Amino acid sequence: MSITDAIDCDIHPGVPTIKVLLPYMSDYWREAFIARGQDGFQPASYLPNSPISCRPDWRDGDAIAGSNFDLLQKHALDGFGSRFAICNVLYGGSFSISETMAAAICAAVNDWVKAEWLARDPRLRASIVVPTQNPRLAVEEIERIAGDRRFVQILMPVALDMMLGKEHYWPIFEAAVRHSLPIGLHAGSLYRYAPTTNGWPSHFLQDYVGNNHAFESQLLSLISQGVFVKFPDLKVVLIESGVTWLPGFLWRSRKTWRAVRPEVPWVNESPIDIVRRHVRLTAQPMDGPADPAVLERVINQIGSDDMLLFASDYPHWQFDGDRVLPDGIPSRLIEKMARDNPLATYPRLQETIQ
Amino acid sequence: MNALEQIIEHTGEPQTNFRFIDCDIHPALKHKKALYPYIEQRWRDHLDTYGGLAHSVYATRGGPYPRFTPETARRDAWPPNGSPPGSDLEFMQTQHLDAHDIRFGILQPIVGANNTRNTDLSAALCTATNDWQIDEFTSREKRLKASIHICAEDAELAVAEIDRRAQNRNFAQIQLGSRSVEPIGRKRYWPIFEAAQRNDIPIGFHVGGPSPYAPSPSGWPDYYIEDHQVLTHSAHAQVTSMILEGVFEVYPKVRVVMIEAGFAWVPSLGWRLDNHWRKMRNETPLCKRPPSEYLKQNVWFTTQPAEEPEHREDLRLLFDLIGFDRMMFATDYPHWDYDDPKRAILMPMSEAERRMLFHDNAFSFYANLD
Amino acid sequence: MAKHVIATLAEIPPGSQKLVNVKGRAIAVFNVAGELFGISDACPHQGGSLAAGATVGLTTSVKPGEYCHSRPGEFVRCPWHSWEFDLRTGQSWCDPRKFRTRPYDLSVELGDTLIAGPYVAETFGVSVEDQYIVVEL
Repeated sequence: MSITDAIDCDIHPGVPTIKVLLPYMSDYWREAFIARGQDGFQPASYLPNSPISCRPDWRDGDAIAGSNFDLLQKHALDGFGSRFAICNVLYGGSFSISETMAAAICAAVNDWVKAEWLARDPRLRASIVVPTQNPRLAVEEIERIAGDRRFVQILMPVALDMMLGKEHYWPIFEAAVRHSLPIGLHAGSLYRYAPTTNGWPSHFLQDYVGNNHAFESQLLSLISQGVFVKFPDLKVVLIESGVTWLPGFLWRSRKTWRAVRPEVPWVNESPIDIVRRHVRLTAQPMDGPADPAVLERVINQIGSDDMLLFASDYPHWQFDGDRVLPDGIPSRLIEKMARDNPLATYPRLQETIQ
Repeated sequence: MNALEQIIEHTGEPQTNFRFIDCDIHPALKHKKALYPYIEQRWRDHLDTYGGLAHSVYATRGGPYPRFTPETARRDAWPPNGSPPGSDLEFMQTQHLDAHDIRFGILQPIVGANNTRNTDLSAALCTATNDWQIDEFTSREKRLKASIHICAEDAELAVAEIDRRAQNRNFAQIQLGSRSVEPIGRKRYWPIFEAAQRNDIPIGFHVGGPSPYAPSPSGWPDYYIEDHQVLTHSAHAQVTSMILEGVFEVYPKVRVVMIEAGFAWVPSLGWRLDNHWRKMRNETPLCKRPPSEYLKQNVWFTTQPAEEPEHREDLRLLFDLIGFDRMMFATDYPHWDYDDPKRAILMPMSEAERRMLFHDNAFSFYANLD
Repeated sequence: MAKHVIATLAEIPPGSQKLVNVKGRAIAVFNVAGELFGISDACPHQGGSLAAGATVGLTTSVKPGEYCHSRPGEFVRCPWHSWEFDLRTGQSWCDPRKFRTRPYDLSVELGDTLIAGPYVAETFGVSVEDQYIVVEL
């Protein structure tokens, strides 16, 4: 089914080459990228020519998916009739090994998004991309950008340098809560560790499917390390995680918690309650069954109508034509997913932008 | 009426009594050197000096995450003579086999035999473990069947061990861990699948096993509560690997069972694999059909630890989605997250379904049962 | 209601526990530093015998990384899945309303007071000098 006037919580402008970011960099970094002749910082999590990275009918020749503003406007904004769309840029800075390069590229991306995307269409909003490689630098970037109310979230890939619940990252949560910004965890990996606990699969497809493991383990890390106890106002959005994995995860984590609770005594309520209160998911892909009745049951198993957020995931190939939502989503949820839940999750969307 | 009593009343007691098959029982070594009689002196000396050398932080512990109970076991499963849970056959018979009137129990030793970086040592320990299972358990108790331990990292030696044991009626399956040094579907492991298919003996992937890798794609969780969850990820990854690498296309008759990983993750995995394979199948040409079809052709699941949905009917839905014919009951005796045969799977079932889950599926799945 | 003698106090010294059967009920009895607790033995989860569980204190926390330990020995962990039960109330810690086991009021009485009034001794005679654990059912 298609849906109009929705708030699209996940679209991907693409950085075509480092050259477009150079105008937004310091003299040092501009010279570094030019003199050293370095480019090609597209993340391996989205191989540029792979089918998932761009739906065939949205491809523009050899161009990096999402790098053409006119096409994005035509397909994602006009095409879906969206009220707003949140730009989540997945590019080298978020994935780099070097902390300083990460910070430089992230800052340039945020400035580029401001100047060349947000400025050109009032329907666009964005996430602040941050160098998680150094939480202090990540906080600096949040402080630098957060005053622009068109930035509605702090974005990072889901698989990082270490488990996200660890105190190492808490300055980022503290800044997020101070600015009332949710943390967006997007499918993708810094590849500091093997994509699976059994090592390196032979195929990109296995890596992509394996994002599940990162989402589940990071969510459990946030819960187990007491991040939601320390930061009771924090919201976390899982972006492009699939959806149907969630009920099984909730059931198992609650069962384990009931047994070994004293290991993490600050987790003083069921993980299911914690997730329902603090976590949201974009519903693209849904990764659901063909049978709409079964999909409806699985969605109801999530046990909360507040958690799912509408998203197209443009230009990633998750659906054909305008069938942006599969059949089977309970009708009471569609309005909530399209508008209420995004507005509640991203309160800045409610503000009028001057 | 308390919560348990309400559930039991809703489910009803079984109409007929039949003896069930327990697909996961853990025999334990009576003491650290219990395998020494089964290995050469050079390996005894080696173990005394260097130990097992697993992928591990600690010198002698099995894994880095401390469990919640001694020996990961039920507290009431310690034999009166004080030896470790699962090490005393008589106590196992009384407390478990007789008490539940079990027809067959499939032994899965977790003794660190295939947990070592030294693959020659591992191969020696594996064959020793196989001898030990016969001596201490299956030759004395006909209800118990052993698992063929192999060192997966040395495919040649592994195949030799499979061929040596597969027709021996003491053995019901090949045992591997759900973790491995590479994803198990990769070509270097294919001789094992070939031997399994050729010998018509299934492979059981029990959670755990050697792993050089972090438990998560984002590193090392702090707590056991997290480690316990990622056991499902290793099973998830192995199933994905076998399907997409083409193991089930090249060896269509091979049967595998994922053990002690629960099962709530299975339907979602099938849907997710189908969904994304459809777009990117040209990367995985040996997966010729939708991945969920291989799930229904080659893969079985033991139920323990059975997930506990908020609503009982959702447990039933999982079984219907995975297929009642693919589910096999296991207790995991004597471990702490044991599933009790009368209490763990509480949902409406027909008598025929109950028989499938508790007996018939396992009876046709495993080798050498009768 | 009648008083039932379920054990001599000496049988269950401080720090120990025992499964007793009274009038067809299985009761797990715990002596915690001289205080006697009794709870229905079957764990409401899957039926494990609580009398075989480990007694522990209560671990709580309001701050990640900090552990507060209190009420030593007043909880039992089911020997199977380690669910924690408050010996004073029989309630599970993880879901006190939904999962609970019945607590019993136990008292310690001298043999001579028992001999005076009506009582039921399940398995043995009562002597004047000894102390006995008694439950009223």
